[in-house]
Amino acid sequence: MGMRLKIFLFLLIISTGCLSQNDEKTLNTISEPKEITLSTTTSVDDSGLLKILNQPFEEKYKIRIKVIAEGTGKALKTAELGGSDVVIVHSREKEDVFIKEGFGINKRDLMHNNFIIVGPESDPAGISGMKSGSDAFNKIANSKSRFFSRGDESGTHVKEKVLWKKIGMLNTGSWYKSIGKGMGDTLIAANAQNGYTLSDQSTYLKMKERINLGILVVGDPIFYNPYSVIAVNPARYPDKNEKYQMVMLYIGYLTSPEGQMIISEYGKDEFGHALFYPDAIS
Amino acid sequence: MFKGGILNMNFLIDGFLKAIALILSNDPYVMSITAVSIKISGTAVIISILFSIPTAILISTNKFRGKKFIISLINTAMSLPPVVVGLIVFLMLVPAGPLGILQLIFTPAAMIIAQFILVTPIITGISIASINSVGQSIRDTAFTLGGTKKDISLIILKEAKVGIIIAVLAGFGRAIAEVGAILIAGGNVAFWDAETDTYSSYTRTLTTAITLETSKGDISTSIALGIIVLSIALSVNLLSNRLQDRE
Repeated sequence: MGMRLKIFLFLLIISTGCLSQNDEKTLNTISEPKEITLSTTTSVDDSGLLKILNQPFEEKYKIRIKVIAEGTGKALKTAELGGSDVVIVHSREKEDVFIKEGFGINKRDLMHNNFIIVGPESDPAGISGMKSGSDAFNKIANSKSRFFSRGDESGTHVKEKVLWKKIGMLNTGSWYKSIGKGMGDTLIAANAQNGYTLSDQSTYLKMKERINLGILVVGDPIFYNPYSVIAVNPARYPDKNEKYQMVMLYIGYLTSPEGQMIISEYGKDEFGHALFYPDAIS
Repeated sequence: MFKGGILNMNFLIDGFLKAIALILSNDPYVMSITAVSIKISGTAVIISILFSIPTAILISTNKFRGKKFIISLINTAMSLPPVVVGLIVFLMLVPAGPLGILQLIFTPAAMIIAQFILVTPIITGISIASINSVGQSIRDTAFTLGGTKKDISLIILKEAKVGIIIAVLAGFGRAIAEVGAILIAGGNVAFWDAETDTYSSYTRTLTTAITLETSKGDISTSIALGIIVLSIALSVNLLSNRLQDRE
């Protein structure tokens, strides 16, 4: 064997020896940053809450939170497929199914806000000031006024479907436009064509400067829009146990007085009005 | 609040001016997105070249059964719908999928894989076409002069060089403009830095960022990103056209 080869093998053996002395855990911490993936809805992400809410947690525990923002349906499906470790969504019906089928565990109420019906100043259906969401929907349908639906299985879309079902409405007709888009896009579309839509409070407040739609119907209890945080069941993906520990830390933080305080304050500076109301009893 | 209408261009002009300001001030969010775009598409193209060009040479300089079929397969694959490729990559890479163990979902690597799949048929197919167009007389001359198979291959490569560069540019042009596949496979992720109050892209590219910013109604950022990606795509195409003229 040549001299160079001998030296190389020598160094190789030495370094292998050194490495095995080290704490395996330390090595892992150096090579991989600790990270959990949160799949959530566009309304939560677009509100800008997450960056403010997540930051103290990330700094304290040195765990990075990777946020994938999609509609509620997609967020839950991503979690089901193991693509995320925790979800924040707002659709009680879908959440119940998610948990019943064993994909999610340890659900907590996180926060809520309210849906509102927004529409053009001209208000062709004459719904301004009405107190009942379903009555307003009735008037919109009867007058065949343009209505824009997210059509994307999001929490907002699901709530909208609940309202239509309540009045026994089959959505046919060119006045009903299902566009398969996020809340921001849907507000923009409704604004561009002077139509109505169902929106969550926070996205509307964020978009208010850019659109001409006004709040027409608000206050019906059916508009209550609660958000939950749910951990992805580690039993389904056994090598995710470490992630699960971190997720429980995260959920603990979100539902703690600190996390809940951040939620209750968010938006007051920018809009004079909180975008979400904290719900966790911790 | 603003009024719409064809004659009211204020928001467009306003957005455009703000966009220029973002670009000229090296806005860190916009720069990080541009860097990710170029990194992802560039890496996908480079890896593809390592595979495509040897494959193209092999296919076009050899006779074998099913050669015509393979070539038409490659040409058909050029028009693979990007979103479909993205969906397949997503389903493969999620933990529930066959390649889930790699833990690549929602990472730049997933996006590179998706773009590699989209770009390889293009680079391979166009390279094959330009190698085929190298005249038979050149090959015969090289053979007559005592060239080995390797020598002949090198001569062919030299003659087809410009055509192959055009193939690579076409691949890159396709990659940089792509949005569907990388949106699904990458997740459009950006991380927020509290100290500087800016977002920094992780899997957000020029095209996927435009999708997001437009849906949030942030027109000026969308326009800024659009200007950048348009500039890159146009430069690539301009270069390609100039090379084709010289051919």
